[in-house]
Amino acid sequence: MPGRTDEETNADVRMEEDGAPTSHQPDNEEEFEDAQQFPEEEDEEDDSEQRVRILPGSTDSAASFEFRNENHTLGNALRYIIMKNPDVEFCAYSIPHPSEPLMNLRIQTYDGTAVAALSKGLKDLQDMCDHMFEEFSRTRDAFLNEMRD
Amino acid sequence: MAPFVKPSEAELERRRTIQINDETVTNISSTDFPGHYPGEDNSWSFETFKNTFRVEHHYLTPAESSFSLIGADAAIANALRRILISEIPTLAIETVYVYNNTSVIQDEVLCHRLGLIPFTGSKKGIREFLRWRRKAEDGTPGPVYDYNTVQLRLQVECTRNPSAAPDEREPTKLYHHAHVYARDIEFVPAGRQADLFQAPEDIIRPVNPDILVAKLRPGQVIDLQMHMHKGVGADHAKFSPVATASYRLLPTITITRPILGRDADKFARCFPRGVIALERVSAAEANTPGSGYEGHEGEKKAVVADPMKDTVSRECLRHPEFEGKVKLGRRRDHFIFSIESTGQWDSDELLLEAIKTMKKKCERLEKQVINMVR
Repeated sequence: MPGRTDEETNADVRMEEDGAPTSHQPDNEEEFEDAQQFPEEEDEEDDSEQRVRILPGSTDSAASFEFRNENHTLGNALRYIIMKNPDVEFCAYSIPHPSEPLMNLRIQTYDGTAVAALSKGLKDLQDMCDHMFEEFSRTRDAFLNEMRD
Repeated sequence: MAPFVKPSEAELERRRTIQINDETVTNISSTDFPGHYPGEDNSWSFETFKNTFRVEHHYLTPAESSFSLIGADAAIANALRRILISEIPTLAIETVYVYNNTSVIQDEVLCHRLGLIPFTGSKKGIREFLRWRRKAEDGTPGPVYDYNTVQLRLQVECTRNPSAAPDEREPTKLYHHAHVYARDIEFVPAGRQADLFQAPEDIIRPVNPDILVAKLRPGQVIDLQMHMHKGVGADHAKFSPVATASYRLLPTITITRPILGRDADKFARCFPRGVIALERVSAAEANTPGSGYEGHEGEKKAVVADPMKDTVSRECLRHPEFEGKVKLGRRRDHFIFSIESTGQWDSDELLLEAIKTMKKKCERLEKQVINMVR
């Protein structure tokens, strides 16, 4: 990767000029002062960029969605939960090509829109996560108590 | 609409068992979807999930844990496993500035070895204080601050040990610093890190101080500085918080017809120790017509003691004397997880973090979907 080599060289050069890596510069007190106001933690991943789009040819009740930077992790979980929706006739996902960071999801509905089914799926998954979290914490604490006794 | 029909317990049992036959595996896919079985309601219900989902813990230490998730689908269990491996952030050495390296191990190999050493330190500091190192506008790595970079230093020189015995052959006694270990890596605090990562509990340190990094001979020097950043396993395995995170399905063994006497001994030997127990046929059983035990009172019989220990080797299916007497399978919705942490996270925190990560993903996407429609 030429890009990577370049940046490494630059870093090296800068280091030699400064005599210390950039993070080691206490001369710039403001840097650390400023850092008190962190950028918002939640915005770590850029939310401004639109990562979901509807593919051409979609209708209200039968649509394909393209997710950027998603993979089997969410693809299959989402497929499962959307298939659990009785209004959904068909749901499947695919990774069109392994070297593109894209995941496609197809939803066809009997009733309601495909977008609504997708939103419901995402909501149901969150409910599920909440319960799994609580249940796991509860049983873990009980197990630890039991072990202590 | 007609009321929903409820499948019988036997039918449910059949549906949640994956059959393991001598040459094939059958009944593989989940079928609990609406529309699959006419007249049944298989739609998602939070209430049903609440009632059926269970967690059982088997083993729990900070380094290693094992537990069962019961009542979840493979899609969910697999999502959690994948998140454990590749999406939970940890701190690892990302950049190494080699000032001097005259050891026999090449710079790039040494740097790679350093990158793979797992480190730990104040949980609060690593999780709350430390941030991602952002990219600059042009895509190059952004500036480093005390809140996104941890500095380390490794400076060792091998020298002769003048007080070694004249006939000494052991390099570690003959020389000082013949071996460079992970414990020789020093944390160099910057800014607020000095308060957050205080020795001995919270200092940034290798999880295992005894990891051998390099070997030196007199006159050889390693002098380098390292920058650690936060990253995820998807980018590089060194950022993965787990050594292994895997699951298997609970094996099931059903003895359909009695296995008695010497066959029972042989049957027990087809499985790992503890899976099959041997009991005596009781008088009551021997007196029950049609039980298959008639006239065998006091003989040994094979019973299933602990299927969780089974490795599903299918050895018992190779012997003609057990044909038609045993069925092997796996429980579709019983996932026995095993998580081994590399040390930056405790093993029980990891699954909780994975669940949190999955929820966060969904929340983000929900916003994205709303945006998309707008």
